[in-house]
Amino acid sequence: MALHFELVTPARLVRSEEVHMVVVPGAEGEFGVLEGHAPFMSTIRDGAVQVYKSATSAPEMIQVRGGFAEVGDTGLTVLAEHVDED
Amino acid sequence: MASLKELKGRISSVKSTQKITKAKQMVAAAKLRKAQAAAEAARPYASRLAGVMASLSAKVSGDDAPKLLAGTGSNQRHLLVVANSDKGLAGAFNSNIVRAALTTARSLIAQGKNVEFYLIGRKGRAPIKRAFPALVGTQFDTTDVREPGYEEAERIADDLIARYEDGKFDVAHLFFSTFRSALSQEPTEQQIIPVPAPEVAADDTGAVVEYEPGEEEILEALLPRYVRTQIFGALLENNASEQGASMTAMDNATRNAGELIDKLTIQYNRSRQAAITTELIEIIAGAEAL
Repeated sequence: MALHFELVTPARLVRSEEVHMVVVPGAEGEFGVLEGHAPFMSTIRDGAVQVYKSATSAPEMIQVRGGFAEVGDTGLTVLAEHVDED
Repeated sequence: MASLKELKGRISSVKSTQKITKAKQMVAAAKLRKAQAAAEAARPYASRLAGVMASLSAKVSGDDAPKLLAGTGSNQRHLLVVANSDKGLAGAFNSNIVRAALTTARSLIAQGKNVEFYLIGRKGRAPIKRAFPALVGTQFDTTDVREPGYEEAERIADDLIARYEDGKFDVAHLFFSTFRSALSQEPTEQQIIPVPAPEVAADDTGAVVEYEPGEEEILEALLPRYVRTQIFGALLENNASEQGASMTAMDNATRNAGELIDKLTIQYNRSRQAAITTELIEIIAGAEAL
């Protein structure tokens, strides 16, 4: 039960890991991605990507600006132009 | 024959030159490693974006394709974006890029097209201005940043796209140097606007991808980003190439300086020995005369 999550910026690969769920701030509303999500592509608005390492853990917030998210067979890929990590 | 003092002066001057070239070589080697790492780190984003672009542009085509992808319908006004470095001491790095740009400019002009230059970095300005004084348009200044980053690429791309939307040009070519190895850098020309559809064979799994908002909207948001990424990649390649070329050039310069020092030292020793011999002959001749 793991979703492969990748967060990429032009400068580097920020994250590439197995997580439980990721909530992405899509242009038309937030959406959560679990393992086995149907192929999906959306632009994202500026906001926080919430990464749930496991079903019970508190989410980790990663601020992203400008980009889009793609869900495919390999998992979720978020391409963002800017990432602010706390 | 130069005097001993003159020779001594020349030797010490060449020695200090050698110190400078040696230092520059080592700096370039260190920077090269960093630049290569940066270029490598940018690859995942570029390849993913290209993949998405390929699958989207195949779907959205025809009349409703965005202008950035479809073009203005004309092929008359060309903008040549030439990316150079701000500093010299890099062998033929800058002149190779400029030469590639000038060759293209000449052939475009021969075909009766309008050509304008958009310069990034300082070093391309003089030779291009000399060849085509009237055609140098904007110059993007990168002297205030240490290394070109994504922000610069963003500003350049936004500027280019704004001009394109204003109808200032029809096609933009980007000239930069592709980094092959520390010994070889290849001047490269690439069309950036209109965006050439990436040729990546979309790994079509047959799965129906859902798009939010819509395919066209996503493509429209994606295209400027793609242009930015292309420019960013070019800047990174350029940076790595510059350091590589600089390293090679400075290595040669250091070696040449070493050879020159050896030659001058031999000359110095010979003339010193000649002076001593003359003095001895004088003393002996004087002693014999007594």
